[in-house]
Amino acid sequence: MSASLLALSVAELRDGLRRRAFSATELARAYNAAVEAARPLNAYITPTPERALAMAAAADQRLARGAALPLDGVPIAVKDLFCTKDVPTTAGSRMLDGFRPPYESTVTEKLWRAGAVMLGKTNLDEFAMGSSSTTSWYGPVLNPWRRPGDNRPLVPGGSSGGSAAAVAAHAAAAAIGTDTGGSIRQPASFCGVVGLKPTYGRCSRWGVVAFASSLDHPGPLTRTVRDAAIMLAAMAGHDPRDSTSAPVPVPDFEAALTGDIRGLRIGIPREYRRDGMPVEIEQLWRRGIDWLATAGAEPIEISLPMTEYALPAYYIIAPAEASSNLARYDGVRFGLRIAGESLEDMYELTRAAGFGAEVRRRILIGTYVLSAGYYDAYYLKAQRVRTLIARDFARAFERVDALLMPTAPSAAFAVGDNSDDPIAMYLNDVFTVPANLAGLPAVSVPAGLSADGLPLGLQILGRAFDEATILRVAEIIERAADFRHRPSFLAEEMR
Amino acid sequence: MTAGHSGAWETVIGLEVHAQIIAKAKLFSGAATDFGAPPNTQVSPVDAAFPGMLPVLNRFCVEQAVKSGLGLEAEINLRSVFERKNYFYPDLPAGYQISQYQQPLVGRGRVLIDLPDGTTRAIGITRLHLEQDAGKSLHDQHPDLSYVDLNRAGIALMEIVSEPDLRSAEEAGIYLRKLRAILRYLGTCDGNMEEGSLRVDCNVSVRRPGAALGTRCEIKNLNSIRFVMQAIDYEARRQIAILEEGGQVVQQTRLFDPDRGVTRPMRTKEEAHDYRYFPDPDLLPLVLDPAWVAQIRANLPELPDAKKARFIAQYGLSAYDAGVLVAERASADFFEAVAAGRDAKTAANWVMGELFAALHRKGLSIEHSPVSPRQLGELIDLIADGTISGRIAKEVFAEMVETGAEPRAIVERKGLRQVSDAAAIAAAVAAVLAREADKVAQYRAGRDKLFGYFVGQVMRATAGKANPALVNQILRQKLAE
Repeated sequence: MSASLLALSVAELRDGLRRRAFSATELARAYNAAVEAARPLNAYITPTPERALAMAAAADQRLARGAALPLDGVPIAVKDLFCTKDVPTTAGSRMLDGFRPPYESTVTEKLWRAGAVMLGKTNLDEFAMGSSSTTSWYGPVLNPWRRPGDNRPLVPGGSSGGSAAAVAAHAAAAAIGTDTGGSIRQPASFCGVVGLKPTYGRCSRWGVVAFASSLDHPGPLTRTVRDAAIMLAAMAGHDPRDSTSAPVPVPDFEAALTGDIRGLRIGIPREYRRDGMPVEIEQLWRRGIDWLATAGAEPIEISLPMTEYALPAYYIIAPAEASSNLARYDGVRFGLRIAGESLEDMYELTRAAGFGAEVRRRILIGTYVLSAGYYDAYYLKAQRVRTLIARDFARAFERVDALLMPTAPSAAFAVGDNSDDPIAMYLNDVFTVPANLAGLPAVSVPAGLSADGLPLGLQILGRAFDEATILRVAEIIERAADFRHRPSFLAEEMR
Repeated sequence: MTAGHSGAWETVIGLEVHAQIIAKAKLFSGAATDFGAPPNTQVSPVDAAFPGMLPVLNRFCVEQAVKSGLGLEAEINLRSVFERKNYFYPDLPAGYQISQYQQPLVGRGRVLIDLPDGTTRAIGITRLHLEQDAGKSLHDQHPDLSYVDLNRAGIALMEIVSEPDLRSAEEAGIYLRKLRAILRYLGTCDGNMEEGSLRVDCNVSVRRPGAALGTRCEIKNLNSIRFVMQAIDYEARRQIAILEEGGQVVQQTRLFDPDRGVTRPMRTKEEAHDYRYFPDPDLLPLVLDPAWVAQIRANLPELPDAKKARFIAQYGLSAYDAGVLVAERASADFFEAVAAGRDAKTAANWVMGELFAALHRKGLSIEHSPVSPRQLGELIDLIADGTISGRIAKEVFAEMVETGAEPRAIVERKGLRQVSDAAAIAAAVAAVLAREADKVAQYRAGRDKLFGYFVGQVMRATAGKANPALVNQILRQKLAE
């Protein structure tokens, strides 16, 4: 019974709970056990089983009264970058050791108000800086997938690697993450799940530990496109506490999944066909184009000339903002403090001990690019590139309704790979950062397996606030790909 | 101009004024702003820069800044940008101050100052921008530890930057008083320097008259006009002394020591912070609706310069008197309330004379005057209708100041009503002239000056209550007989 519960999608759980086929409490127990069973993946930093049971009990009461909320009883995992009231919030960093926020982030608050049940806080790259979920103070997350016949552990991608791994391993029905340069979509691709980065301003950043404010996007990681639509509906909406939150209505994303994309023009950006791109990814992309064409869409080759400058611009803007956002971790008011002889001592000791190498690297880069004499050459130029990238997309969307491209340039790699080469690591984000720079919605959907048996995602990118269209297109890919492969590690098989 | 032993030197001064905006809530957090609250009781998680907290701009603070800009006759920039000024200090919780840098809310404007020689000069305003205040570090609470009070952190400030148009400490003082008066008129800053509502950084340099600008030093965070003037004087003398000895002024940030009356170096240019300004990604550019600005402009109160001109035209006051009365909006309002329906000159004389003296003596502001405009007006009416003389009125006023009693009641209670009964006065005159027969003779022989003596004697005989005009008239008659 419980094993089959873990395999259900959010949409199926929602229907089953309303039919009273099983209770929210039953479901929470099953998932609490799954979270336990999935410990080897290190996907969770802080499981919250008691809270899950309490929330499930409340959901059961509403379900019994016939007053069910949209997500009543659905057990989800929360990237440990979202502040959750009285529950430790670490951002994967030693710096926030012992920090329990006195407030709840807007997005999680909305999810709880929609009846969702919190399973725990998931592991991530420290302060969401990374593409492998290996830089956490709480240790690396492992991908539930292994290459067939090869027992080497693989990374789940990052930075929302814990969320992606939990959803893939059936240790959460769905999860939320944040995407600053690909941190939802790339781990979704590596773990064979759906990852949606909504439009900038669609989901509030209030209460989300900031990495790069102009690039951070909260969004869902789910097993199906429909689940992503359901989750987004609960997470989205204008928040007056976030000045960058958009005062726009939230459409019925689920209703947009009509299965009909006839006449839709799909842009295929030629600049994403990079030298040295694995053939299998090129092939997967072609297959995706064919699927959409078969469904009645019209593929159109387009050009996004500024694409090659996106990654360097991103790796200037994101660290610049991070260097400032992370200045508040000074040992004075919360989190870690290492006492010193003087104020400067305390700052240096605390920040040296509290931040890991990757965070320190980005703070240094960010400080450098904002420094007097370098600002114009780096930060300002990168902002100009950003404007040009947005213009590229705006022009493209005069001709097409959505874009299709690969999510990542490779499948999951082994733990330890790329760890001594930051540039190689940063290249993981090459297909995902443009959407962050332009603030446009993009979704990664599992579309096939690599030659060595690992999941690969395709990415659909759309107009601002047109998540409906990309979800509709993603569902077509999902149906056509019929991705039924399962990772080697599933929570229900671990007991 | 200062005379050195090698010739004349000109001091060039520009001021940066940090004016705390009158608002119930902070610039970005909604926390309260009451002065003197217990430490760390007016702090939201936003002010304490807790993870994930975001700033939301307080619209009222923007309105106050726009109002101030309009009061400084300045351009309002319909698009302005908040930037982060990054530096580490425990009373700056986020590690950056949200300020405006490249694109401030308010551009060029001016303040007219009235100089002692009777001329008026325009001092250029470079800009006015919005920014957050920092908290307060307390180093005297514990032998080894510093404490931080974040009540002030995030309070809205206007930084008002002047052009280097000021030429002496005295001019700087006049400028600051005028600026403060304008802000108080507008109700955008209470100008209370003791509570830190107005803090001043002075940029001071010296040069030979007509030469290019010299190297400047910045004296930080002065909290009284007197200190500003002392600091400028000291700093100008210090720089002149260096230059006259053939040395060079080093660009520096300095602090003023009010106990010793000197400025001391705080940091040199080489040690200056690199603030790494960049647009705050948590805040959208501030875009104003021109109609909203127009509405604020339409609702501006009458400002000191306009009020002064009106006082001269409407009440026939001298430029000097009008200038004194409009220096504080409360004085101007007090005067106008007293002057309504009365002789304006008399009203002005009473306000600027007896009232100001009494307030000064008692250390009270005009808002806390023990005598209300109505009461002062009634006192003046008592003089005008002959109930009391001007001399008695001063006595009555003194008692009003002490007791707050109504002038009419004092007059009645103390029997101060003026004697205007011609027969009674004539009797008193006759008695005096009879008693002073020898002086009457001298008067009639040509010692005109004795007339005043006779007046005095009559007043004395009537305990000061005799109507002076009648006394004069009857005395002249009797002496001419």
